[in-house]
Amino acid sequence: MLNAETMRIDKAGRAATVWFFFDGQPASARVGESVAAALFASGMKTLRTSPRERAPRGMFCLMGSCQECLVMVDSRRVLACRTAVADGMHVEKVPEAGSDA
Amino acid sequence: MPDFDVLVLGGGPAGVNAALAASAAGLKVALFDENTAAGGQVYRAPVGAVAPLTAHQQAEQPGDTLRRELAQSAVITYFNHVVWAVTAEYRVDAAGPAGPMHCNGRALIVATGTTERIVPFDGWTTPGVIGLAAATILLKSQGILPGRSTLVAGCGPLLAAVAAKTIEGGGKVEAIADMAGLGDWGRTLPAMVSRPDLMREGFHWWHEISRAGAPILSRHTIVKVEQAHDGLRATLAPCDAAGRPVSGKRRSVVADCIAVGHGLTPSTEITRLLRAEHRYSRQAGGWIAAADQDGRTSRPRLYVAGDGAGIAGAAAASHHGTLAGLACAIDLGATDVDQLRSHVPAARQAHAKAARFGRSMAQLMALRPGHIDSIGPQTIVCRCEDVTRAEIDAACDAGARDVNQLKAWTRCGMGPCQGRTCGDVAAELLAARAHGGSRERTGCFSARTPLRPMAVEALTGDFSYDDIPILKAAPL
Repeated sequence: MLNAETMRIDKAGRAATVWFFFDGQPASARVGESVAAALFASGMKTLRTSPRERAPRGMFCLMGSCQECLVMVDSRRVLACRTAVADGMHVEKVPEAGSDA
Repeated sequence: MPDFDVLVLGGGPAGVNAALAASAAGLKVALFDENTAAGGQVYRAPVGAVAPLTAHQQAEQPGDTLRRELAQSAVITYFNHVVWAVTAEYRVDAAGPAGPMHCNGRALIVATGTTERIVPFDGWTTPGVIGLAAATILLKSQGILPGRSTLVAGCGPLLAAVAAKTIEGGGKVEAIADMAGLGDWGRTLPAMVSRPDLMREGFHWWHEISRAGAPILSRHTIVKVEQAHDGLRATLAPCDAAGRPVSGKRRSVVADCIAVGHGLTPSTEITRLLRAEHRYSRQAGGWIAAADQDGRTSRPRLYVAGDGAGIAGAAAASHHGTLAGLACAIDLGATDVDQLRSHVPAARQAHAKAARFGRSMAQLMALRPGHIDSIGPQTIVCRCEDVTRAEIDAACDAGARDVNQLKAWTRCGMGPCQGRTCGDVAAELLAARAHGGSRERTGCFSARTPLRPMAVEALTGDFSYDDIPILKAAPL
């Protein structure tokens, strides 16, 4: 797995580091980062599976257009690229199509 | 009774300047944007954590100027608001942090920018393959490298920007695969000379890239990505001017991240939804609303501005926004119409000058027919619904002629992205097979509300069941 700190450009780190969880796995982020960017920097790149082929998918456009980074936060479906990380946040994968019917 | 004279959709350089011009003319203006601050994608504000990379970046950037001018104006702003419906009477419905809201305008200025086009190749859905625009956002706004090692591929000026900023940030660029040849770049020189500042920035990028020793593969395209044990393994092939891979040495490159982009397509969902007239222009990036040079569309009091009205770059978008704001104020009969008219010629001139540069860059990113034709039969075209090229071809052979027929038959473009990602490529595939390349005869996906996928609770907001009126049962 990538070390998130080697991926951050300003290594001096002016903003505080916070911790959050993706499917129970801890990941670090700096205050202000989006869930999508922080997970990408942590090497957690597979965010969901496609409904038809069940193939792994991850962040793609990072601007709210492609819908590939859909995740669950507080039992709500949100785009990881449009959601800022909060300390202690629990992010989960969306249930596979059909499994929540 | 309208709440506002003008509603502006989109807070990039076009939308902000349109709002500023209309507001300065005395109109009551509201501006909507999905993001937390103005700037659009090109001048996206850094998140709190991100420090400027270098000293020269500490000077006020175009995005800072834009945000400052907007803050000092009388424009009412609705950031963090996703507009999900627009009616023929210019009522805008949006979902914001405080729940659903709506308001009415006498006029509407659409400045919704573009979507990045990424022409499919085998493995492009693999996590770790991202758009060039996404890589730009990671670098400039989030302060994150796309990878410790990154392959940059596709076409257009973003290639050099992403590669140079990755290197400046301490990352390694494994290679740059540019579909354009040196001759293509050479043809942009006359227009580049008109913008010495941007030309300098471009040379600075190429200097950074060559100093870092990153190989630049001119006239090369990415044909495949596979997950390898040590990262993503990409196969690069030489290509011709039409973007078709040709025989020659295949190269294999391994990287954590593959950033790829093949240009921009105007976002026209709102003008299509409102049934304004549209026309197809390959040079402008795809389908655009038919409009006069100041952005007046075929529909009364509906204006388009910026790259969403045809790709011409950020500098042109600013001037185009000013023109649309002035046109709107003139048409609505603001206080001093003659004085407003006197501003138009200078703004038109500034726009024409800036657009010359932007359009020459857009030429590098225009859709290449051979590139589309080389998409493999088993390659996924529609990511949302996992629809392959072979399925699109089969639908065409079975008689699908309009792109909306294709959508109904294959589900291509029917998923949550609503065809924003695949629409341009799917239409090009169908046009080539069914209509000898005519995009006009192939049409364009119909725009539908909600314009973005919405959770029902985002539309209903907070309510108490007690507040819902229950009608008295009808007598038996």
